[in-house]
Amino acid sequence: MTDLTADTDEGAQEIKLRSQTSDEVRALEQGAVLRGVSHEDVDVELTDDQTMIINMGPQHPSTHGVLRLMLELDGETVLRCKPVVGYLHTGMEKTGEDLTYLQGPTNVTRMDYASPITNELVFAMAVEQLLELEVPERAQWIRMLMSELQRMASHLLFLATNGMDLGAISMMIYGFRDRESVLAFFEKVTGLRMNHNYVRPGGVAADLPDGWRDDVLAVCDALPPRLDEYDELLTGQPIWRERTQGIGVITTEQALALSASGPILRSTGLPWDLRRSMPYLHYNEVEFDVVVGSYGDVFDRYAIRLNEVRESIRIVRQIVDRMPPGDYRVQDKKVTPPPRARIDESMEALIHHFKIFTEGFKVPEGEVYVAVESPRGEIGCYLVSDGSAKPYRLHIRAPSFVNLQTLPHLMRGGLVADAVAIISSVDPIMGEVDR
Amino acid sequence: MTNSDVPAAEDAVPTAVEEPALIHGVPSSLSRGQLVVHVDRDTYIQVVTALRDDGYRFCSDLTAVDYLLAADRLLPAGVTPERFEVSVALLSMEDGKRIRVRAQVPEANPTLPTLFELFPGTEAMEREVYDMFGVVFEGHPDLTRILMPDDWEGHPLRKDYPVGRIPVQFKEAPGPR
Repeated sequence: MTDLTADTDEGAQEIKLRSQTSDEVRALEQGAVLRGVSHEDVDVELTDDQTMIINMGPQHPSTHGVLRLMLELDGETVLRCKPVVGYLHTGMEKTGEDLTYLQGPTNVTRMDYASPITNELVFAMAVEQLLELEVPERAQWIRMLMSELQRMASHLLFLATNGMDLGAISMMIYGFRDRESVLAFFEKVTGLRMNHNYVRPGGVAADLPDGWRDDVLAVCDALPPRLDEYDELLTGQPIWRERTQGIGVITTEQALALSASGPILRSTGLPWDLRRSMPYLHYNEVEFDVVVGSYGDVFDRYAIRLNEVRESIRIVRQIVDRMPPGDYRVQDKKVTPPPRARIDESMEALIHHFKIFTEGFKVPEGEVYVAVESPRGEIGCYLVSDGSAKPYRLHIRAPSFVNLQTLPHLMRGGLVADAVAIISSVDPIMGEVDR
Repeated sequence: MTNSDVPAAEDAVPTAVEEPALIHGVPSSLSRGQLVVHVDRDTYIQVVTALRDDGYRFCSDLTAVDYLLAADRLLPAGVTPERFEVSVALLSMEDGKRIRVRAQVPEANPTLPTLFELFPGTEAMEREVYDMFGVVFEGHPDLTRILMPDDWEGHPLRKDYPVGRIPVQFKEAPGPR
């Protein structure tokens, strides 16, 4: 007989019994905004035999992977909550130091596996900023097209899982169906449904295939009626509203203090979207609305994502109209391999190709922090170069990792059933939390 | 960014070693056009507090770098390079500006005061830095490992921590550590 408790013990990372936790520590646990501020909010009169500490996860369908929550419950009410993460940690930032800048996207794309294009984009933009490289127009518009389609796919996946978590099982099937229509386009462009390695330093891996306009417009035409259907299925439905409205409320000040970004921050009414506030690529040239909520609850976060799909469709239509001709990657021999056809006829091209893919290209010494708006919030890349062909340090500021800190705060005083809704509304992707 | 003015690019190469302008009494530099201020342990809290009061009210990122193998990096005059560097990315939402605070942390005593009181959102990030680099944040409410198991030895993102393997079930004998 092995001792399961000892086997699975995470030591100091765990939540302790009420009797072993001082008031100060409990005050600190109450969501970080309240930490260290006042102790009066701590329910001191409860004792250990009135409450129970249970583990939710790491293997639990509603935890979206391997998120483990330690909950202290008084009956059905959540008193304390502590997320324990790290079960999916594979040292991707360490791995990134061993890969050349050209191989880098294959690594970062696997962090946020529900939104790989965004990861590749932020990495590529960081490398380009270190190289002080200007990317061709067409490459930038292709990147925009792909990241907006990615946002649609990611939010549709959110609608699917959020629906499933709250008992709307049909929504799960619809959501996955629609996401698949976007992924089918990705497969056509990049060869893969996920983890594309498509956005690379210097541009994108390949030009858009023939007939891409029709494919994109077919997706854009098919989705809006379906989104209206989901509105009918969920948004206006009394059960859905009962389950989501007024649950897991957060204010703007709290969200800002906790460094939360993305739909969580926007649900509090603050229109902060990097695409609008600090535009990159050509987002300042397209029209779209930043969707905000007003109550900061689960319903707002759901509605924001649903409507962001509509906004993304709007952006994609404009991109389709305005896609310029030209190069899809920079014609800088330093970072771009020669065209395939040249390799057959030119020895120099072959050598060049070989050197780029074995040694990589050198990036001048320096460090940058670049951030873009991922479907989950601000994804940042802190990249340090020592002048060699591999990053000296690669750090991804993962929005899910930071947003998870809001959980103890959102959960407090809610019901266990609401806990499921709240986890779902934060939309964490554990691959990027643990990296 | 553009390559049109090639002669000017040559002057712009050593961006980080131009004469340092002082921001809140500490040297600053431009790294690829991004504003960076350089602090040490004593000025860290004071500078970050001042920057927060200047409007940088959102802490987007906090991470660290181990400069063990690249000790001779570009730094403005007056900054003593140390082995570890904690890099804090702050954001001012009013004017959409970013600033980065690079704090030098000596190897002998890798401690730094926590930013938790100023930005509660740095809690998980500081835990990650502690876990990965062994930089201790004084005053942090819950400084435990966050990604690695609690009984793990060493700090994986340090440059003297080798890439190795641990024994796993259902595989051949483990390779060299």
